[in-house]
Amino acid sequence: MPADTTLGSVAIEALAGIQPEPGVAKPDPILVADHVVRQFGGLRAVDVTHLEVQRGAITALIGPNGAGKSTFFNVISGFDTSDEGSWTYNGQTITNTAPNKLARKGLVRTFQLTKSLSRLKVIDNMRLGAGGQTGESIFPAVFKFTWGRQEADITQRAMNLLERFNLAAKADDFAGSLSGGQRKLLEMARALMLNPDLIMLDEPMAGVNPALKQSLLDHIRDIREEGTTVMFVEHDMDMVRDVSDWVVVMAQGSIISEGTPTTVMRDQRVIDAYLGAHHEAALTESGESLTNSADKEADA
Amino acid sequence: MDFGFILSQSLTQAIGVTAIIYCLAAIGLNLQFGYGGLLNFGQVAFVAVGAYSVGATVIAVGSSLWLGIVIGILLAIVLALILGIPTLRLRADYLAIVTIAASEIIRFAAKSSDFLGGAQGTTGAIGADFYALNPLPEWERFEFGPISFTRVDMWVVLVGWVVIALATLLTWALMRSPWGRVVKGIREDEDAVRSLGKNTYLFKLQILILGGVFGALGGMMSAISRGSVQPDGFVPDFTFFLYVMLILGGTARVLGPLLGAAIFWFLLVFVEQVLKEGVSSGVITFISTTQIGPIRFILVGVGLMLLMIFRPQGILGDRKELMLDAR
Repeated sequence: MPADTTLGSVAIEALAGIQPEPGVAKPDPILVADHVVRQFGGLRAVDVTHLEVQRGAITALIGPNGAGKSTFFNVISGFDTSDEGSWTYNGQTITNTAPNKLARKGLVRTFQLTKSLSRLKVIDNMRLGAGGQTGESIFPAVFKFTWGRQEADITQRAMNLLERFNLAAKADDFAGSLSGGQRKLLEMARALMLNPDLIMLDEPMAGVNPALKQSLLDHIRDIREEGTTVMFVEHDMDMVRDVSDWVVVMAQGSIISEGTPTTVMRDQRVIDAYLGAHHEAALTESGESLTNSADKEADA
Repeated sequence: MDFGFILSQSLTQAIGVTAIIYCLAAIGLNLQFGYGGLLNFGQVAFVAVGAYSVGATVIAVGSSLWLGIVIGILLAIVLALILGIPTLRLRADYLAIVTIAASEIIRFAAKSSDFLGGAQGTTGAIGADFYALNPLPEWERFEFGPISFTRVDMWVVLVGWVVIALATLLTWALMRSPWGRVVKGIREDEDAVRSLGKNTYLFKLQILILGGVFGALGGMMSAISRGSVQPDGFVPDFTFFLYVMLILGGTARVLGPLLGAAIFWFLLVFVEQVLKEGVSSGVITFISTTQIGPIRFILVGVGLMLLMIFRPQGILGDRKELMLDAR
């Protein structure tokens, strides 16, 4: 973790003294969830008693397949409805609020299966992200002089972001012609057009080649340096260890562990949950940090 | 065979009143389906509402045509709200089911309503107020090369194409705007657009209304030009012809519906006239004149299949764009 970065080191410091216990209180939470339950028939897919997400930090949400991470994400971001519970964002209650309203409040998410708008140009994907556009109302839309100037500003901002994400050369191509990794980048850049306070990334590394992974990690750190809180769901243990300030582990719908990456990966409950859930899964790289070799031998 | 006559007939139909009616409705459908991805299978319902509004206002109520036009636009908006409010929050296919059912409900309701003339429909001088404004000189016929119109038809065609031009201009202006960008985004992936802070429901309602009003304008044109409104003119086939025209011309292209409607009517009339001439001059012996009607649709259908195979994006479409999702 880069120690020379300012906001990042502040976040790490803020989280340093906190007890690594599920549901532990944070000094400055941006998101607080209480008793969030999502049921599918008899299955309690999500059953989170309490969770606080520290402002300005990068929080990872990990867990074995079927742990309810994505469902929890969907519920919080308004794409699914909870059966019980409440959650607040910046102190405001946002329980079961529509995603478009959340986005305008500064809570933006990306998707596991990238949702780049294929038959729109890359630059139009970006422009779409900008909030408060006059030209998005039907009557002013007819007259370009009402929105032309704003459009120029938005385009400028979009180009700057595309530049940063190495997509500037693709600005006039259809988003559908981008590779999987580029789409991930585009989706992240597009979310940033909204100047979010909290960005929720659903598996940002899925399907991204290793060369691009490193630059994605840098982008995520950059986002934090700009003061945006990052929360992400991920399977890639390397990424979790590299980039996150705080890790939340879910299993069978509940949070079973929380803490800094190093503490969590030594937590016996986490090791059990992972190995119990998928024995043969490719945990090899992460396995070293998850457990010591003796434990692995014993489990095998 | 008199090819001059066949060509003149076909070209006249390609820019004639029928093409105009379909073109207006197709412009509306292009907004809804082409740009917004809304599966409206009941565009004919809006056409019927437009036609009956002017028909009933003039004939049954005895009021002015202009009032009928205002009522027609308002009723089209109401219909769009009735169809859209409950269904647009649901998945796209629900709108398809509701709209096709609604169009049939409207047709049958009109058919059994005495006020609207029942199965006979409403007939009379619906367009009298409109024809009274005709400024054209009192010539027998207006001829442009192979195309010719009567004075009355010329006036209808002129106004019709002006309305189409305005509707097209509006489509163009909207689709280059940020509003159009959101609409196209909804077609691609509604959830992505919602995650970016747009109230997609409102946008979908707006395109349903706008497209519906264009459909109603088409219906008004039909009532005015034909001087009658008949319930069985508003069968679901009408909507499917609109889809054919749209796909033929190129969906989500500003000029797609214009080109599609013109070519569709040109082909339909051309094939019909060729068959008619062929049968009457004894060149074609294996079919009778009564079979020409269905056979022209078969031939045009085959033509459309070939189009789909060799140019699935339509005439104005961009094949690269169409193939993006096939990756």
